[in-house]
Amino acid sequence: MNRFVVRGGRVIDPAQAEDRITNLLIENGRVAGWDADANAAKVVVEAAGKIVAPGFVDTNVQLREPGEEGDETIETGCRAAVAGGYASIACLPNTDPPVDTPAGVQFIQQRAARADLCNVFVLACVSKDRQGEQLAEMGALVEAGAVGFTDAASPICNSELLRRALQYALMFDKPILNRPEAVELSQGGVMHEGLTSLILGLAGMPADAEDVMTGRDLRLAEATGGRMHLLSLSSAVSVDSVRRAKKRGVRVTAEVHPHHFALTDESLRSFNANFKVNPPLRSPEHLAACIEGLQDGAIDVISSGHAPRAAEKKALEIDRAPFGAVGLETTLGVVATYLIHTGSLDWPAALEKMTINPAHVLGLDRGHLRVGAAADFVIIDPQARWKVKAEAFCSKSANSPFLGMELQGRVEKTFVGGVLKFDLKCNRATAGGN
Amino acid sequence: MKPAQDAIGAYPDFAYPEHWTRRSLLDLENLSAEEINTILDVAASLKRATDGCRTKLSLLSECTVANLFFENSTRTRTSFSLAARRLGAGTIEFSAAGSSLSKGESFIDTAKTIEAMNVDAIIVRHSTPGTPHLLDQELQCAVINAGDGPHEHPTQGLLDILTIREHRGDIAGLTVALVGDIAHSRTARSNIWGLLKLGAHVIVCGPSTLVSRRWEELGVEVVYRLDDILDRCDVLNLLRIQFERQATRPFPSVHEYALLYAMNRERMRRAKDDILIMAPGPINRGVEITPEVADGAHSVILEQVTNGLAVRMAVLRLLCHAQRDQRKEHQ
Repeated sequence: MNRFVVRGGRVIDPAQAEDRITNLLIENGRVAGWDADANAAKVVVEAAGKIVAPGFVDTNVQLREPGEEGDETIETGCRAAVAGGYASIACLPNTDPPVDTPAGVQFIQQRAARADLCNVFVLACVSKDRQGEQLAEMGALVEAGAVGFTDAASPICNSELLRRALQYALMFDKPILNRPEAVELSQGGVMHEGLTSLILGLAGMPADAEDVMTGRDLRLAEATGGRMHLLSLSSAVSVDSVRRAKKRGVRVTAEVHPHHFALTDESLRSFNANFKVNPPLRSPEHLAACIEGLQDGAIDVISSGHAPRAAEKKALEIDRAPFGAVGLETTLGVVATYLIHTGSLDWPAALEKMTINPAHVLGLDRGHLRVGAAADFVIIDPQARWKVKAEAFCSKSANSPFLGMELQGRVEKTFVGGVLKFDLKCNRATAGGN
Repeated sequence: MKPAQDAIGAYPDFAYPEHWTRRSLLDLENLSAEEINTILDVAASLKRATDGCRTKLSLLSECTVANLFFENSTRTRTSFSLAARRLGAGTIEFSAAGSSLSKGESFIDTAKTIEAMNVDAIIVRHSTPGTPHLLDQELQCAVINAGDGPHEHPTQGLLDILTIREHRGDIAGLTVALVGDIAHSRTARSNIWGLLKLGAHVIVCGPSTLVSRRWEELGVEVVYRLDDILDRCDVLNLLRIQFERQATRPFPSVHEYALLYAMNRERMRRAKDDILIMAPGPINRGVEITPEVADGAHSVILEQVTNGLAVRMAVLRLLCHAQRDQRKEHQ
């Protein structure tokens, strides 16, 4: 199937500001033409009534391999990715050992190539061993293929290290990705600090912990001129800080995860550790601020924040259970249900934040359907209603805060490089295509 | 809907309140005023029927209850054991130390193992909020929260309210102040819910780092200076400072705390003539309360301990019975 037509779909390509019903011609793994004749190829992929969009790009995925293969492997993570419509994912280096050497980068690249499902781009450590003390060998890591730098779940506490990292990464035009958190303000916390945490007696993580560090990160990005991407924003003040920094011309981008605009801290009333994420699910005013940030462009990216954890780890007491939620397979459904069907964003605006914008953050020529581009695309049924079930996940873990919920909008097919890698009809990722 | 108190007093093996349907007691936040009053009424009648919690009844002679304590406790644990035995139930004791927990077993598996020994109720204490709630979802037997971290300690709240009721009759309209480390106190939370539902005016008082302004959103008055409220409180419940739950010390020194919050002879002089002084214990003499107040005429601290037995007998009676009923329906 190296030449086929994707017929009759509503093709949305935010990079080109295109949104119309048309036929796409795919040839030799590339987008060969728009507005093709329906009979331009013998093979036809029917897309009438569906949305055709660039394959999603994710800036924030944890694949857990090497080190925590009980939670996820590179292969199972890639299966989850294509099942969620992702053609390209960037994986965080908080593995064991952390990805702070070229060999570590190559290991992931090789495993991902063997899985042969989606494109996996490696984010490497800012600091050696993720200790937040000495810079990792960023130049060597870039040569090995690292697309950006982050210490992942460990925020960079040392301001001097972050300043140097921003300056040094400028030489390679690579972004520094940091999750802003002043850990001394949030340590020991389980959930958002607010009325609900007060009632439940659970230790709180104040929004201030995020806001203080967002302020610092923005200031250092502005001072150095470096490229800064803020991971996992969740608080109203932080979103507004980014908005104002952008007005000043600071080179900053920012992302939110679906659970931060769909769920509130009230969820913790169940004491279910699947709702324990960092940053925590916050109160309604923060949710509204995240959505506003998505609408006015303060927030550039919707990333899954995929953080798989094995069931036995999440079944612990809520203060002992690890943070994190899987997200690759539910992001599109949650975006459609909580942003699009509610009228907060339209399809092109939402898809922009899952395709071309994250591709720009990572400096990738992905996330668009220009003629000549890699034929990474998804077919979405925007109206399909489905229930999130633990047993249906392709990910090795099912620690989703959306379990049991009904979502509207679902990925039906995912093509990577013109090859079908996921088909809902088979209900599983298919290596090698058909 | 109240059980007929006179009949109960006359017949120790009294009628079971028809409207009680709960299998577990997890918190007071989700109980209705009616349910709270039912427990208090049953506790009062059991107290009478046992000559002030001195003699035994055989209401639960077919039942077995397990104490599952993941966190150290002497008083609550002893109180529950004794309450069970006063009603004729068998008891199992389980502590986290020396158990399979140290071998890596999860708390859910531990509780399921104990349930499989056919117990009717599991009394659980844990340092983490919500642990009894999670167990309740996993188990078929009754689950009684004997304190889940800083969240709730429903039987403590109930015994405090029973003590107030014995002295003042109606709770509605009384002004009750909870003084001290509200942030880390499960006793405070259970008292707040129980007292609010029964119509009391509740004040929380303590250092601003331990008393959130947000309690006001629940209709609770927030006060930082004890001296400002002394003359209008009917009840003072003096909570212990929980040093073990504090990451960084929220006030400069114990000395300063005692200066601002210790109930002493001088403050007693400015309080109402009939003020009740309560403390959930263990008490720190010289910190939140001075010896002459703890042992003084207004103190009901030891009555609280006795009422703990009465309330726990009532809870076991209600839940074990409901549990047996439900099991019969299943069969």
